[in-house]
Amino acid sequence: MEPDASLAVQMRGIVKEFGTFRALDHVDLAVKRGSIHAVLGENGAGKSTLMNVLYGLYRAEAGEILLNGERVEITCPTDAIAHGIGMVHQHFMLVDNFTVTENIVLGDEVCGAAGVLDMKRAREAVARIIETYGLEVDPDAKIEEISVGQQQRVEILKALYRGADILILDEPTAVLTPQEIERLVRIMRELASAGKTVIITHKLKEIKASSDACTIIRRGVQVGTVDVSRASEEELAELMVGHHVNLVVEKAPAAPGETVLSIRDLVVEDERGVEAVRGLSLSVRAGEIVGLAGIDGNGQCELVEAITCLSRAKAGTIAVHGEEIQNTSVRNVHAHKVATIHEDRQRRRLVLLFTVAENAILERYRDPAFGRRGILDRAAMSSFAEGLIEAYDIRPADNADKPARALSGGNQQKVIIAREVSGEPDVLIAVQPTRGLDVGAIEYVHRALVAERDRGTAILLISTRARRGHERIRHHRRHLQRQDHRHVQAGRGRREPPWPPHGGR
Amino acid sequence: MLNNLLLLIGITLMYSTPLVFGALGGVISERAGVVNIGIEGMMTVGALAGAAVSFFTGNAWLGFIAAGLAGAAFAVLHAVAAVTFKADQNVSGIALNLLGPGIALFAARLFWGGGTQSPSIETLPKILGKGALAGTPWANLNVDVTVIIGIVAAIAVWFVLYRTKWGLRVRAVGEHPAAADTLGINVGRIRFTCVVLSGMFAGFGGASITLAIISQFTQTAVAGQGFIALAAVIFGKWTPHGAYGACLLFGAAQALVIILGGGVVPVPSELLACLPYVLTLVVLVLFVGRSVAPKADGVPYEKGVR
Amino acid sequence: MTRQTQGAAAAQAGMVQRILHRPITATLIAIALGFGVAAALLAAAGYDPGASFAALFEGVFSKPKYVSNTIIKAAPIILTGISVAFAFKTGLFNIGAEGQYIAGAVCAVLVGAKLDLPMPLQIPLVVIAGVAGGALIGAITGALKARFGIHEVITSIMLNWTMLYLNNFVVQSAAYHRPTSTSSIPVNASSFTTILPAWKTSDAGLETLRQVPWLYDFLVKTDVNIAFLVAVLVAVGAWFVLFRSKLGYELRAVGFSRDAAEFAGMPVGRNTLIAMAIAGAIPGLAGALMVTGVEPHSISTLAGFENYGFNGFSVALIAGSSPIGCIFAGLLFGGMIYGGQSVQMAVGAPTDIINIMIGTIVFFVALARVVPLVADLLERRAQKRGARHA
Repeated sequence: MEPDASLAVQMRGIVKEFGTFRALDHVDLAVKRGSIHAVLGENGAGKSTLMNVLYGLYRAEAGEILLNGERVEITCPTDAIAHGIGMVHQHFMLVDNFTVTENIVLGDEVCGAAGVLDMKRAREAVARIIETYGLEVDPDAKIEEISVGQQQRVEILKALYRGADILILDEPTAVLTPQEIERLVRIMRELASAGKTVIITHKLKEIKASSDACTIIRRGVQVGTVDVSRASEEELAELMVGHHVNLVVEKAPAAPGETVLSIRDLVVEDERGVEAVRGLSLSVRAGEIVGLAGIDGNGQCELVEAITCLSRAKAGTIAVHGEEIQNTSVRNVHAHKVATIHEDRQRRRLVLLFTVAENAILERYRDPAFGRRGILDRAAMSSFAEGLIEAYDIRPADNADKPARALSGGNQQKVIIAREVSGEPDVLIAVQPTRGLDVGAIEYVHRALVAERDRGTAILLISTRARRGHERIRHHRRHLQRQDHRHVQAGRGRREPPWPPHGGR
Repeated sequence: MLNNLLLLIGITLMYSTPLVFGALGGVISERAGVVNIGIEGMMTVGALAGAAVSFFTGNAWLGFIAAGLAGAAFAVLHAVAAVTFKADQNVSGIALNLLGPGIALFAARLFWGGGTQSPSIETLPKILGKGALAGTPWANLNVDVTVIIGIVAAIAVWFVLYRTKWGLRVRAVGEHPAAADTLGINVGRIRFTCVVLSGMFAGFGGASITLAIISQFTQTAVAGQGFIALAAVIFGKWTPHGAYGACLLFGAAQALVIILGGGVVPVPSELLACLPYVLTLVVLVLFVGRSVAPKADGVPYEKGVR
Repeated sequence: MTRQTQGAAAAQAGMVQRILHRPITATLIAIALGFGVAAALLAAAGYDPGASFAALFEGVFSKPKYVSNTIIKAAPIILTGISVAFAFKTGLFNIGAEGQYIAGAVCAVLVGAKLDLPMPLQIPLVVIAGVAGGALIGAITGALKARFGIHEVITSIMLNWTMLYLNNFVVQSAAYHRPTSTSSIPVNASSFTTILPAWKTSDAGLETLRQVPWLYDFLVKTDVNIAFLVAVLVAVGAWFVLFRSKLGYELRAVGFSRDAAEFAGMPVGRNTLIAMAIAGAIPGLAGALMVTGVEPHSISTLAGFENYGFNGFSVALIAGSSPIGCIFAGLLFGGMIYGGQSVQMAVGAPTDIINIMIGTIVFFVALARVVPLVADLLERRAQKRGARHA
């Protein structure tokens, strides 16, 4: 690869090692100016590492970086910013209780004399960029008050404010719903047509819609660069994983039985007393998976908390096998054999400092099987945990006495699935169960859910990011279309029957 | 009545001032994300340094400055442990609370022939000069100059935190250090500076006891004021103005004890002495409630770990 | 280098690695550094460090009486240490052990000075009163946190002072004040938890004990009492509750991850209250045992804190929050406090040097995590060297 001034970014022979582990092995990357370029790879393939090298967060052991055909040294983010590179991290780097403007100008503040902030001028500067690129976000809103999509726009604004010509977006679609992804793609196109260069990393989805060219990395080695318009999704996936993958989970047709979980006219308020769920009705039968989708912050979080009795239902009923469970206790919900798999596994479903064995009994430690008279039966605990570890292939295999935080995200989720499913639940609430997992683990989770369905569990799959924000369920009636998922409709305080009734397959 | 009211104001200001300095130190450090339990120790070091320099030079102002410097120098220990080595901030803070009085008393015995008590020392002036308005109730308002310095310091800390570039960065570092880091802000340096500054303020706080209120160094000069200041930081929700208010409230309660203790109410003095502490809890329960610390408070920042 | 010596060197390096990675190593290094810093300070101030440390050790070990006094001094801070450690393990910060200790002592006096039952009834009642007093203070702290979200550090600090003044109130009250003194009346003799209190001072007892001089020294010249034995039992008990009982499992789950515990159906507020009540009961026990076990068996007007609670903090930190470790850390601490008094007598150095030593030790305990890092660094270097050799 020769220096080429028409290429905004050239990375040549990049090598990055962590201890003895070689995360990047002579990776090349060439990105045309004014294009949208995707870097594709599984979790841990090294795509984020490569981007962090470009942004100066990591230093490469070998290799060089050229911008517009000229060799540059990037040793820290400040260098990258100075060279017109901006990065939007997968986990947003935003200060929650700062305003949008404060977040954008942080580190490059508009000041009067003696370091005194001039927020009026800062706000004007921010408003100008918002207008130029149509990024639509309120410069005075606090970060904790806006939706994830808007937060991402703030991150893009941060880069543009610093005069970025090259924008790196690390897994930008992972946190977005389809509607928001469409919007992001529009923004990226807008940026590219304004002459900016956009590099995005991806696991797979949406790549066809959003990118021009795509570089694929597998286990730290660059596999190739392809023109996106000429490759199929399956081909890309195969390049990524190294063997043929099945993107569709094979499963038998569902054979639903009687209704197990039924929710009628449910109203739940969020922390601020705003009705987040308004008159929701749905039912789930044994042996079927019902999908519930919508944009982030649409009340799913409140719905889950109401079902699990962590928050109060203001009106309406939640019944399992006809018995109402709303506004009782979490333990009563467990007693009705309702299990939960949660996207926020580290905070919600695991005690990270507990061992795997201790986590395995988190909801069942009071069971006499794990000790009588208030004393824990350590032997029973570890044999139970070892059973789960073997049955659910949790790796490494000798982890029963290791703290849960030592496990990978996929294996943490396996611990939770093992625990929840081993109780043979009648109802399984799965909230974004595959979020943040790599392709292999996602396939595992999907199989586990289908296996549960086939066992006769009623599964409510909430498949977009549930997060508090301004937008609520009632605004959104677009739902996930999957073979096995029925549609669910949320009413605007009106009584509406589920629609379509028991269908959609 | 007027006399009592003015007395109340005067004593309130007197008692609250050392707390104000200590609490401001706590606010600065904790807003940058470093928990500072060691205020008590830092105040003790400041109290000793101020008294010693004033004693040996005869200049109370030099003593006051020396107290700030000594507190800052002592706080470097906490900064090195908590920021440089990312140690447990609580443990390191407790260590400072043990070391501070240890060093101060050790030094006091060396300076003053084996006793832990200094002779009477030169003190800082009153705002209107010594003896002004003497004999009138208004003399109660002729408070120590440290009261004014405390108010100015509180305003300055507020201004710096909320109106300057550096303050914005301090708050960002305390809430989300990784975000600050990616924007080229040196998290370690800001935290280190804030811890050292917090030591300086705590040192002033100690000196405002020895150089103004009791005009000597004694073993019990600080005696728990640093912990009250720590409580004021939390009470004031980690803001300079909130902490100042909390210190005033506490000082007022103390003043009330003094005034009521003069035989106004038939309550045993020991029970009356509980008033400030019980009152603080009551105010917390009724009016303040849950206070939320800066998100990264107490969490060492390590690059690349999220 | 031959292959054999290389292998031996590698094995040796491996052993050093393992030793450096053990938590106890870091603690021992911290203790050594504490002595080092103190030696430097003493030398700088013109005292002989060697003689000072000799005096310290002699002050603890040279007579059975000293050993006995060290153990007596250690017992309450072992207990407050266990309390702080217990709270730590359940995610709480018990800076209120000081006030809980005072509450225990006050309640023991309130009951023990007025009640005079046969010993087998009297002792449990007095001790339970102390335990209840401490537990109540802890429970208030826990309840305010659980119900109103008030930080336990504020509540603890306020309650410490409140208890100090309540202690003084009881001392000065008409019912409990001992005339012309700054103390309360003592608890009745039936409450004494001193070991063999009556027998050892009786003629027969004295006669027997004179035959065994060290035991005479140990028993008669000091207030040897059951507190240390109780502390050991409490340490084992605290360990058992935390790591072997379902209650402890719940308390730790709530402490480590409030959200996960809530999602799993555990009552978070109630557990916070229980954890603080248990943490408060232990210093309460210490207070009661000191009143019943040590002369003058009463409480006195306090001008400031006696630091039982704050010393417990240091003990818990040195022990790495292990209840069992608190026994050893508490003995170390008790030895330094008691032996430290001899330093001033022997070489004239201020006893405050002991506080500096303890502070230094705790400071380096804070830095303990650096030791394994150093070990890793050494390992990496060794590996690189090994790679080069190969």
